[in-house]
Amino acid sequence: MSANRRGLVTFSTIDPAVALSGALAKSRAEIIAELTASRLKGRGGAGFPTGVKWNLAAAAKGAAKYVICNADEGEPGTFKDRVILAEVPDLVFAGMTIGGVAIGAARGIVYLRGEYAYLREGLEDVLARRRAAGLLGAQVMGKATPFDIEIRMGSGAYVCGEETALIESLEGQRGEPRNRPPFPVDTGFMGEPTIVNNVETFACVAAIFTKGASWFASIGTEKSTGPKLFSVSGDCARPGVYEFPMGITVAELLREVGGEDAKAVQIGGASGRCVPAAEFARSISYEDVSTGGSVIVFGPGRDMLAVAKNFMEFFVEESCGQCTPCREGNVKLLEGIRMLEEGRCSARYLDELLTLGEVMQNASKCGLGQSSPNAFLSIVAHYRDELMGRVHERAR
Amino acid sequence: MLQTEQQRLKEDIGRWVERYGARRSSLIPVLQEVQAKYTQISEYAMQEVADHLEIHPVEVYSVVTFYSFLAEAQQGKFVIRLCRTISCDMAGKERVARQLENDLGIRFGETTKDGKFTLAWANCIGMCDQGPALLVNDHVFTGVTSEKVHDILQLCQKSFGPLAVHANRDHEGVRR
Repeated sequence: MSANRRGLVTFSTIDPAVALSGALAKSRAEIIAELTASRLKGRGGAGFPTGVKWNLAAAAKGAAKYVICNADEGEPGTFKDRVILAEVPDLVFAGMTIGGVAIGAARGIVYLRGEYAYLREGLEDVLARRRAAGLLGAQVMGKATPFDIEIRMGSGAYVCGEETALIESLEGQRGEPRNRPPFPVDTGFMGEPTIVNNVETFACVAAIFTKGASWFASIGTEKSTGPKLFSVSGDCARPGVYEFPMGITVAELLREVGGEDAKAVQIGGASGRCVPAAEFARSISYEDVSTGGSVIVFGPGRDMLAVAKNFMEFFVEESCGQCTPCREGNVKLLEGIRMLEEGRCSARYLDELLTLGEVMQNASKCGLGQSSPNAFLSIVAHYRDELMGRVHERAR
Repeated sequence: MLQTEQQRLKEDIGRWVERYGARRSSLIPVLQEVQAKYTQISEYAMQEVADHLEIHPVEVYSVVTFYSFLAEAQQGKFVIRLCRTISCDMAGKERVARQLENDLGIRFGETTKDGKFTLAWANCIGMCDQGPALLVNDHVFTGVTSEKVHDILQLCQKSFGPLAVHANRDHEGVRR
């Protein structure tokens, strides 16, 4: 029963040609109004309203404007963008083209992570086909609006999923995030107005211009509209990509994926939060537990300290090193985890680590550092007893 | 480096700069081409790219050292990147790692003496539901067990075909 509900349920029913012609029949203002009415929020995880973003970029003045698709899907436990790009790339390209028309951009760029290089050739083929069909090029569908898309590859840096780091990388720099403001909608790629949206967000745009904003807004909750793709992995019977309406509870999701006996679930990847079994009634939505789609299930036997350690090793490796709270803080937290592992961390020092985590949340420059302590903080909050007073077998 | 090899690198860089355009935003695509064809970005290559883009070679160096897929040191013909992030970790990546080290006779971060294999860790490669997963150059292998390690290495040893080729190769045909 569950098996046939897996996959791209909504997206596979959307005709990208219908989406594009539907959008092109509208004025720029009408496109943005429709998008705003859908109350679509960014599917990468941050949840910024897409209509607002596009409206700001449309109003901004610039010599050129850009549409960037963030396909640097690096959040641990996330793989739904890979599936979208492999199965329904036309939806993403149609969504980007609608974005180009809406904000007045002639150029779109897909920033594809280096780890997904094997997807590139197929995507180039789809782009070539769209050019031949007149869906990209000097005249999109015979209208006086030029738009074309190119693919640029990432080179193995998680931080480039942060939109300003991504732009730095496209400009040929180290992927170090910029201060915001100014935001990319007025000072983006090459200093020009730019929208950066997630792969799934663009696919949602195509769905909205096929089925209508009111259809989209009728799914999910008041503040979190539409269907959402979830990448489910870890200790469950049926891992994979699932589509659920926003607002589903953790318990409902676990039933679908065969992970009812879970001890905890990490929602939102390494930068997300650990939800313990006692809180499985919480809903996955922007207003409760927010996620870009990553759901990692931890079974009854899992050691939560090992989980926290894996996440902290990830952040120590992936911090760009630009700002002190993130560069140094992650190292100190990992050190603390090693002390816990060896059973030589005092309760007072653990509290100091929690304070350090809060400092990192407040003082880091970008989302990476601001969210990197989340997993550790939430694991300590819920599993303090499990972490402390360990008896360590010291190597002789 | 032999004179002829250096000449070839110089010509390649000139060609790639021409294709992507002599601007700073072309830096990473050009470096990716160098990496794919020469399995490293040597000091000579950095200087050459810097000259073409009219930037200081230190700028190129700072970019090369930032990205984990760009390398100063010579990499093997086959770069094996085993995912070490949580889902692959829980699925048993550690045993796969041990077997890779045993079969290749090197540790992670090293390259075999014959220059064929480099063993590296990767952070989440987006195959979390099918772990343990690894990349061999641009090709992905999922559900890897310690037993399958041997088969994968054998495939590389015999391969002068698709596995040896980077997907990031010349896109002359499809690029506008």
